Amino acid sequence: MSTDTKEFLFSGFGGQGILFAGKFIAYKGLTEGKNVSWLPSYGPEMRGGTASCGIIISDGAVGSPIVSKPDILVAMNLPSLDRYEASVKKGGMIFYDSSLIERPLTRTDVKAYAVPATRLAGENGFPTLGNMILVGKILAALGEYNEAGVNAALAKVISAKRADMLELNYKALELGANY
Amino acid sequence: MADKVLMKGNEAIAEAAIIAGCRHYFGYPITPQTEIAAYMAKRLPKIGGVFLQAESEVAAINMVYGVASTGTRVMTSSSSPGISLKSEGLSYLAGADLPSLVVNVQRGGPGLGGIQPSQADYFQATKGGGHGDFHMIVLAPSSVQEMAELTVHGFELADKYRMTSMILADGTMGQMMEPVALDALKVGEPVEKPWATTGTKLERVHNIVNSLSLVPEELEELNFARYERYKVIEENEVMYETYRMEDAEICIAAFGIASRVSRNAVDAAREMGIKVGMIRPITLWPFPKKAFKDSLATCKAYISVELSMGQMIEDVMLATEGKAPVTLCNRVGGMIPSPEQVLESIKETAARIGGNN
Amino acid sequence: MVVFDKPHALNDIPFHYCPGCTHGIIHRLVAEVMDELGIEGKAVGIAPVGCSVMAYNYFNCDMIEAAHGRAPAIATGVKRALPDSIVFTYQGDGDLASIGMAETVHAAARNENITVIFVNNAIYGMTGGQMAPTSLPGQVTQTSPYGRDVKQCGFPIRVCEMLATLDGPEYLERVTVNNVKQIRNAKKAIKKAFQNQVEGKGFSLIEVLSTCPTNWGMTPQAALKWIDDKMIPYYPLGVYKDRTAAAAAVEKEEN
Repeated sequence: MSTDTKEFLFSGFGGQGILFAGKFIAYKGLTEGKNVSWLPSYGPEMRGGTASCGIIISDGAVGSPIVSKPDILVAMNLPSLDRYEASVKKGGMIFYDSSLIERPLTRTDVKAYAVPATRLAGENGFPTLGNMILVGKILAALGEYNEAGVNAALAKVISAKRADMLELNYKALELGANY
Repeated sequence: MADKVLMKGNEAIAEAAIIAGCRHYFGYPITPQTEIAAYMAKRLPKIGGVFLQAESEVAAINMVYGVASTGTRVMTSSSSPGISLKSEGLSYLAGADLPSLVVNVQRGGPGLGGIQPSQADYFQATKGGGHGDFHMIVLAPSSVQEMAELTVHGFELADKYRMTSMILADGTMGQMMEPVALDALKVGEPVEKPWATTGTKLERVHNIVNSLSLVPEELEELNFARYERYKVIEENEVMYETYRMEDAEICIAAFGIASRVSRNAVDAAREMGIKVGMIRPITLWPFPKKAFKDSLATCKAYISVELSMGQMIEDVMLATEGKAPVTLCNRVGGMIPSPEQVLESIKETAARIGGNN
Repeated sequence: MVVFDKPHALNDIPFHYCPGCTHGIIHRLVAEVMDELGIEGKAVGIAPVGCSVMAYNYFNCDMIEAAHGRAPAIATGVKRALPDSIVFTYQGDGDLASIGMAETVHAAARNENITVIFVNNAIYGMTGGQMAPTSLPGQVTQTSPYGRDVKQCGFPIRVCEMLATLDGPEYLERVTVNNVKQIRNAKKAIKKAFQNQVEGKGFSLIEVLSTCPTNWGMTPQAALKWIDDKMIPYYPLGVYKDRTAAAAAVEKEEN
């Protein structure tokens, strides 16, 4: 795969906003004129099971939308890290919620970013937005965090009628970016 | 440039159907296509349309038959086991020469099977889909944008040729989101339907929508006439895409999700200096026979990449008339071949045909 | 002076029905009702699979031939696409109460604004006299040659009684056509079933007990008598549901 393509894998419990966070990342790519794909796992369980989605952002056409060797893994629970840690590309990045995952990474050939996202989210009054704290951290680590960019993408995933949610999501992104 | 939104493939089909003027949807829930029904349930009542959750797939396809009889655009959608239930109706729609759009977001089978993606309904879709001699126009999208475009196109072909168009997608295509430009969709002029049962108003002889014909000579004539129409379709409506085929010695045949995976493998193989390309059928029926036959000018071997035990491969073999070997690269049961698996297959093939140079 | 003529809603094609079969009478009643209500021009009829499979040839209105048992689903589609049309199905017992039971029950439950003419002759006629879902206990048919054994193949289904348990349907009545008085009564019921649709009241089903002298192995006269002697005791005639009349009665009582 050429260097102008990034593959993300978001994984966690259903209800942690995994699919939403992935959708935000995809929209961020789209608003910047990139080609994107977003593919969720789907299964018989509606709640409480494992949720994951793969996102590809590329300057070229997206071939297979299936992310099996991510450049960037986001693990929001231990089962996700256990399952996908080995799949990350050499030199890739792993972002994980260190308030829910106590073990250190076993990989030494990737960059690790431990963010206590769920705890931070709770402490800051938006307990369901740990996902967006992690997204803020990812964008900052990639050097792609800027106010205009994240607001453009937020406007795509949150209805303008939910101004309160727009603001909270932005705060969560900021918190993550500055962590 | 058209404004793009991210949509799931299933939602893109539903919205495109509405854009195409479809205001009647009948369905029964089944994974992985239920988003189509949910989308229609939300949208249709607000635009004067009808969404009805039928008591079964059998009822749904017959509601489609009823609406189609009135000359009105109509659709249903389901996934593999549900399509088997609809196959009775598909045969009747063909026998009565009624236009309709049917979506199959395939899942692994046979039987109840699984809910992950599959392409194992290829035979069912392309070789008939029910009892008797008939075809459906079978359209195989490989992106969310194509899910939308082929839905509109499917309605128009259905009306033009008085038959069923089937969108043959799979769980991946249905569930994935990609950018879609809906305002790029072009909808043609409506087709006159003087045969429709809309009431005589006491002004004309009654119309009869029917597939019963008890006199063998007459039924034979009806079949002959239908196949004459199919010939026109085979001549005029074939769609396919070629990828890096200019000097290709190895040709991948793949549609839908398999073509997306294969595209990566073709790129990787090209980087290694292997002359490989891909023919991606967009119409599975009519099958792009000529494209494959013409490719024999440079191609020495073919690989059919499928999420089935090898179904389209038979059409590739027929189209290439035994003049080059065709091998299968596949995963089944809801599994998807990886680009690496396809690349391995290309490398093996290259090594094999390399010896003949 | 014309004393007897063909209704306009029937055409000149001769019926294919067996001598003594009462399908012809029921066709005529439906056609007379279409004439009297002036609805032929906006009527769309759905023919079943069974003896009346070719009913599409006989009625002058637009007609659709259905797959076996699916007429109520097709009628649903037509009515939903053309709400101003008058849609009726004409179905036999195998079609409506066996293979098409789900479509029947659900169309009734949805109170689809359609009219269903259900011809119950307790046998599969077209295929040569097999046991129907409405064949009587002990009835000899080709597939119950020793008489319908309820222990082995279950009991007949009383369609009107069953549908009457649903909140959905507007009107359910069982009639027969085995004598002049009953024919007059049947016509009244059929007319009401169409009138209900014209008025937008919803699902109306008229079950007509009908004869099959050929497959019952009887003379036409004996078959007419068999309805009185055997069928009516198992399938009592009468109105099983009339939502509008019931509501009016309640209102009257309250006043």
